[in-house]
This record gives sequence, C-alpha cells and structure tokens, in this order.
Amino acid sequence: MNDFKPQIVAFCCSNCASSAANVAEGMKKALPDNVKIIQIPCTGRVEILHLLKPFEEGADGVYVAGCQEDSCQYVSGIAKATKRVTHVKKILEELSIEPDRIDVFNLSAGKGQEFVEVAYEMVNKIKELGPFLQA
Amino acid sequence: MSEYKSGSNLEKVLRAGHFAFTGECGPPQGANVEHLKEKAGHLKGCVDAVNVTDNQTAVVRMSSWAASIILLQEGLEPNFQMVCRDRNRLAIQSDILGVYSLGIRNMLCLSGDHQKFGNHPEAKNVFDIDSMQLIYTVKTMRDEGKFLNGQDIDVPPKLFIGAASNPFAEPFDFRVYRLAKKISAGADFIQTQCIYNMDKFREFMKRAVDMGLHEKCYILAGITPMKSVGMALYMARQVPGMDVPDSLVKRLRGAGKGKAAEEGIKFVLEQIEEFKEMEGVAGVHLMAIEWEHKVPEIAERAGVLPRPTV
Amino acid sequence: MIVAEPKPIKELLEMVKDSNRILVVGCKGCVTVCNVGGAKEVAILASSIRISRKKLGREIEVGEHTLERQCDPEYVDELKDMIGDYDAVISIACGVGPQFLSERYPSSRIFPGVNTQFMGGAEEHGIWSERCAGCGTCVVHYFGGLCPIARCSKSLLNGPCGGSSNGKCEISKDVECVWDLIVRKMMEQDRLDELIEFKPPKSWITARDGGPRRMIREELVK
Repeated sequence: MNDFKPQIVAFCCSNCASSAANVAEGMKKALPDNVKIIQIPCTGRVEILHLLKPFEEGADGVYVAGCQEDSCQYVSGIAKATKRVTHVKKILEELSIEPDRIDVFNLSAGKGQEFVEVAYEMVNKIKELGPFLQA
Repeated sequence: MSEYKSGSNLEKVLRAGHFAFTGECGPPQGANVEHLKEKAGHLKGCVDAVNVTDNQTAVVRMSSWAASIILLQEGLEPNFQMVCRDRNRLAIQSDILGVYSLGIRNMLCLSGDHQKFGNHPEAKNVFDIDSMQLIYTVKTMRDEGKFLNGQDIDVPPKLFIGAASNPFAEPFDFRVYRLAKKISAGADFIQTQCIYNMDKFREFMKRAVDMGLHEKCYILAGITPMKSVGMALYMARQVPGMDVPDSLVKRLRGAGKGKAAEEGIKFVLEQIEEFKEMEGVAGVHLMAIEWEHKVPEIAERAGVLPRPTV
Repeated sequence: MIVAEPKPIKELLEMVKDSNRILVVGCKGCVTVCNVGGAKEVAILASSIRISRKKLGREIEVGEHTLERQCDPEYVDELKDMIGDYDAVISIACGVGPQFLSERYPSSRIFPGVNTQFMGGAEEHGIWSERCAGCGTCVVHYFGGLCPIARCSKSLLNGPCGGSSNGKCEISKDVECVWDLIVRKMMEQDRLDELIEFKPPKSWITARDGGPRRMIREELVK
C-alpha cells in the first residue's frame, strides 16, 4: 500500500487563497499536514526561481493558489503566475521530471471547502506520481 | 534598322511586331535528360522561346544553364533564367559569359524564391545582388562591355534581357513604378506573374501604357491554365503574390466533375484573345508546368500557330 | 541589444555531464535586457542543474556569478580567483562571453549557455526582433529609416520582390515585408523619386563577408 506522504509547497495569495484558508479553518476543515503554505501578497509576486527552489530542496510537488483571473486583487497577478507555472512545467519536462508536479489553481475568497479540496487534489496527484526523489 | 541586341529568335519576333508566344519547361530533379527532352519536345514549334527555370521554388534541379543547352541542342530557343538566391556576383558574371559562349541568347533575371520554401532550407542565403542589379549587370556587360568592377570584357555577351513583373503583389500602387525601374535598369522584355484577376491587370496595363513603358520594353502577359478546383484553391491560398478571384473558382466548380480542366483552358483562351488586342501587351507567356503536352492544343486553339519565322 | 535564446537545458546537461563543480556566469549587458543571461537567469539555470542532479542522485556544486559584462577584460578578470574552483563554466552571455572567458582562462572548460541570434530591439516586453545585420555601411536613411539588409529576407535594395503579400514576407506570415513598409512610408512622404532611383550593388567588404572585423580608435588607444 502506498504510504508515501508527499511533501508539497503551496504559494497562496493573501487575498482569495488566504481568505479561503480562514473560512476552511472556521469550518474546521483540516488541511493535510504535509502541505506547507507560504503566504504571499499576490501570486504575481512568485518568480520562476521560487517555484524551482522547493524541488531543489526535495519537495514532491508545488502549487500556486490565487484569485480567479477576472477578480485578481492586483489585476494581473494570477495571470502572470499562471504563465510562470506553465514555464516551470516546461523546465521540469526538460529535466525529465513530470510537469504535473507543479500546478496553479484559481480560488474564490469565500470558498473554504475548495481551498481544502485543492490541497487534497494535489496530494493525491503527487501520491500517484510517486516521490520526487527515488529511494 | 538598328542592330539587334542579341539576335535571338524572341527578339526578332517581337521586333517584327508579331504577338509573341513563349512557354516554360522546368529541368528535372535529377539528370533525367530523356524526360527533359520529352517535355521540351511538346513545345517545339509552338513557342518562340522556352523559359528554363533556375532551382524554382528553391528545390534543387538540374541547373538552368545545362537544361538550356540541352534545349538548344534539341532545336528550341531557351530563355535562360537566373536567380540571385544561389550565386554571388562572381559566379553570376562568370555564368553569363559561359551561357553566351554556348549559344544562349535570352536571359531572365529574377530574385528567386527564398530557400526556406524549398528542399534545402538550411542553405546559406546568397543574394549578393538583387534582380534589379542583375538586370543592370547584364546590360553593363552587353552594352558597355564591362564587368561590374569596371574592367573590360574581351568579348561581351549579347543577351536579350528579361525580367519578371508581378502586377498583383503589394503595394499595388508601386508595382508599375517598379516595372519602370526594371526597364530603366535595362530590361528588354518582361514576363508577368500569371494573371487571373483580369480587372486588376487591365488597370496595371493602363498605368504602364500611360507611362509609355510598353514603348521601351516588350510586355508579355503570363498565364497558367487551372487544371482543377484544387489547383485554383491552392494558388489562391498558398502562393504568395497570387491573385485568384472567387469568380474563377466558382466558374471552375460550376463546370462539373472532371470538366474543370477544360474550363481552365477556355479561360486561358479568352485571356489570350483579350491580350492580343490589349494595348501595351506584346505577347503571352504560357506557364503550363508539368502540362507541357497540352501546349500544342492550347496554341492551336488560341490561333497562334504557326509561329512566325523572322 | 544583442538578442539570444537559451540553449535547451538537455543540451547543457549533456555538455557538463562529467563535471561536478559548475560555475554559471551571467552578464548584466544585453542578455539581461532580453531576459536570457542576467542574474535571475543564472539562478534559474543553476537551480535547474541542481534539481536534475538531485533527481539522478549525483553530487553537484553549482556556483553563480554575474559580471557587469563579459566583453571587457577588466570585468572578465573578476573571475580569476574563483574560476579555478570549478571544472566547467557555463557562460550565458552572448557568443562573445564564452570566447572572452576561454581566452582569459585557457585551462578552464567554458561552455556557451545561449544561442546568440541577432542585433535588435524590443517590440514590446517579451518580443524582440532583428533590426541590424552589421553590414558596416549604414544606409537606412535611403529607405525611410528602415533597413532592408537586415529586415528583408533577400536583403533587396530595390525591393519589394513579387512575393510580398498583404504586408508579409513570402517566407512566413509572421515576418513583415519591410519593403512594403518602406514603400508605403516613402510614398506617403512624397519620396517616390527616391524609391525609383536605382540602388547599385552593395559592397559587402565592410560586412562579415569581408573577413572578421576589427575596429581601432587611435585616440583611445594608450
């Protein structure tokens, strides 16, 4: 049985994603403990290097959670972040690493349930891909 | 009566005021001399001169000069074509002397399709000089007896200089001025890109005649018979600088299954009739690529046979 | 600026596959401006190489350094104390960089990390296009400020050719026909007479065709 617990880093914006996180907490919905949240003012602030560093440290997966494209607090932050995630997928492919180890999600401020679901979705996906570093 | 510039058959026919009729023959993609002779054979007696293309569409074929010599040996008069894509000015001047020495008397000066189109897209791009400068080069060698560097040529090549004109490329307003420029540079005769949009061509010729260009240079109207609706659509969409009106495509479709080719020929015959009467047009250049066997029929039906001997 | 594109990482990993201590050197000049060889890109490439090695379970040390420029000896000199610590160096400056580094540090193995392409400028952020072919005899003023040598696929001086269609070059719909631009501009400016003027064959002596070039400014040499 697969008892591999993926180590995942999640970059979450202070707006949609984090308010969703608060709602989730209020609803007493727990996040899996192997998902480490890094809060940032806006997903537009995340650079390609930030998305690569977790893999350098041995993370199994990375995701970015931000606003919907048409309701980004800073207008184009999530759009930029999405492009950067696409670029990092290409880099991973060049390095013979599964591009699905990184992803980007659009959330809405009040949707605590979704915030938790996204985290589990990522965990399950990475579980299937297996550990980043083979034993 | 002033001396001929080259004494070629084409020059004599045009000078005498006859309606010229030229054809085209592409060299083989190999050393298949028999196939070349067979294709050229269809044109014999039907045309005043035969264009021999130079690595057309940037696809490697037997060189134009070699195929031209073969045609000469078969009793046809070649229109040796040279493009600027593959040769620098040394090779160009050298080849001009070479072909003249072997009996070639007509030369068509072209830019050439970019090699990205062709079958060797990784080749180095030459374009040392452009088609305008090539016309000027041949004229300088012929009339001044000098190379481009000013040095004297011991026996100057006497070639009848041709160039191409595309009345349909953009910007349309400038095309007639570019034609004028080619004539100033030394073009003795012009063959246009194949014409389908007769309205546009009439407008172009009107402007050319207004500028008196037809008096300085012989303008031959280019035509290519459409073999099928597929060909018409391909020409309309995939070939840069080509103007194919929807009305023609409709007409070909309307002809019915299997009848498009005959309709295409009918269209060409109508064009030829109009060109015979059109002011400024000195003849027709028929490009029936890989359809050379149809040329005798087209020439017969167009009433241009027998070809004049001067 | 000189515009370059990154070499595929696979190609770079292949180049340095036998090395365990790699130095990535960037340049704050042109390649920073076209986002291919500056400090950021040095960090990204270094991280990518480390990730790749980590996955393979192999040791690696990747150093990162960005010079002011790699085309001036004074800046290239700055590497002298650290370069010996590495067994491979990837320069992500333009083609001049790896050559200057190779000359100055002949015992180091220097690899080019980018494919240098052309001299050009930004149309907008993220899109750069070629403007200058370095022909050595600039004549853009004869063509309404546009260069047909660099921007015409056939370098025509008496263009346009018959393949110009809807303002695009025959080779691709993505390439503008510069002669279309030249003719329209000059006709608008009432400069038809200049357009009709025959432009004679160009002397390519001052271009790369004449051999590798060198420029000496006597008043600056010591």
